[in-house]
Amino acid sequence: MAHAESHTSLIWKVFALLSVITLVEVLFGIYKPTSLKLNTILGTTYLNWIFLILTLVKAYYIAWYFMHLKEEKKWLRRSVVWAATFLIVYLSFFLLYEGSALYDSVNLLFK
Amino acid sequence: MLIQSKFLSLLFLKKRKANFNQKTTIYMDATIPNQSTRANEGSVEKPLNASYGKMMMWFFLVSDALTFSGFLGAYGLMRYKFIDTWPIADEVFTHVPFTHTPMPMIYVAFMTFVLIFSSVTMVLAVDAGHQMNKKKVTLYMLLTIIGGLIFLGSQAWEWKHFINGDKGAIQLNNGEIIQFVKKDATGIYHQVSLESFASHTNNERVQHTKSNGLWFKKEAGVAPISLEQVLEGFKKHPELALKTEQIDLKLREKIVVTGNEATKLLANSKQVVIGANLKVNEYGKTLFGDFFFFITGFHGFHVLSGILINIIIFFNVILGTYERRGHYEMVEKVGLYWHFVDLVWVFVFTFFYLV
Repeated sequence: MAHAESHTSLIWKVFALLSVITLVEVLFGIYKPTSLKLNTILGTTYLNWIFLILTLVKAYYIAWYFMHLKEEKKWLRRSVVWAATFLIVYLSFFLLYEGSALYDSVNLLFK
Repeated sequence: MLIQSKFLSLLFLKKRKANFNQKTTIYMDATIPNQSTRANEGSVEKPLNASYGKMMMWFFLVSDALTFSGFLGAYGLMRYKFIDTWPIADEVFTHVPFTHTPMPMIYVAFMTFVLIFSSVTMVLAVDAGHQMNKKKVTLYMLLTIIGGLIFLGSQAWEWKHFINGDKGAIQLNNGEIIQFVKKDATGIYHQVSLESFASHTNNERVQHTKSNGLWFKKEAGVAPISLEQVLEGFKKHPELALKTEQIDLKLREKIVVTGNEATKLLANSKQVVIGANLKVNEYGKTLFGDFFFFITGFHGFHVLSGILINIIIFFNVILGTYERRGHYEMVEKVGLYWHFVDLVWVFVFTFFYLV
């Protein structure tokens, strides 16, 4: 492990990329283009989908290059990423689905 | 001194170990917290080429990620449940220090950059550790700690502003929060503060202090503006309108009401709300405030503990602990935790401030 080659230039590249993505998110967040804000696809607006995808891209770069998942053994990486991804997607899907079901049912009763 | 003597005894043990047969060695490895290897490196066995500590850090982070996704999922559930009444983040987080101009996103974007940058210095420290460059590791660890402190300070400022409140609102008997708005020249509604229009009549209620009342009694503080003053002021300012909690789902904007409808709503007023606590807040749904405190608080607590761990490791680096150990894996492990804190913030940022 000692005296491995330095990844400094790669680190700065990843930082630049993360900064650009954040900047894009912030600009979208400030200006909120009307067409993206008002049109819906798959349960939420285009704008929200953009935010979500950019967030996942950021998460990928942080995990792969900052947390060095890229350099770990394949099955260590998979046991971390697959387990977390499966459980989080599973949980979020049901919670969000339940949330909108509550909106359609309980909320109408308490108007 | 302690470390040095430990190191010597480790060398000694290693020598002795060579005399044991294979079976005894395995037995020792399994029962005694491995004196036969270098401290903190865990077992000699390295499944998946990762040391015990590093692997356990990864699995701890997986479980912590599930905790956070549970919280954010609960937030999502409630948001979908109240999809047409939830506060709009852009209208809540608009403050930047040293100015009163509302600027949504700017402050939280700054916080995000600070955390990403501290993540960069952390990974540079890990990288310098691989080169066994003690000087650089020290410098980058220090920068990481400073970045973390700036982030935590920013969060404290944001909390303070959130709790103290800004413009104030009225809560109705059914719990709904009503804000006051005024049209500008271009026809866009802007929120106005209660102070700007509340009447100054019947202001007979004064703050109880030791000097004007009973010396042995304390009073938490009187709301600076009473409900009557707000209602009176609203009657005198016909240009004002009310911003309800209700969202027009077609326009994705809060519905504003004026005239008779507004008067009807205000007939059910309950209290003046300035700032935020766990029971009520001026920004909208109580749950929104609760989730804000809980999720950003839980994340902030992670940042705090991350800073403390980083400080401990920072001093160990200065003392040369890892230099003697022959590797900087400890820096790598706390690095994983620190990046995770950044990773979580990326999601909190999206779900609290953007979506």
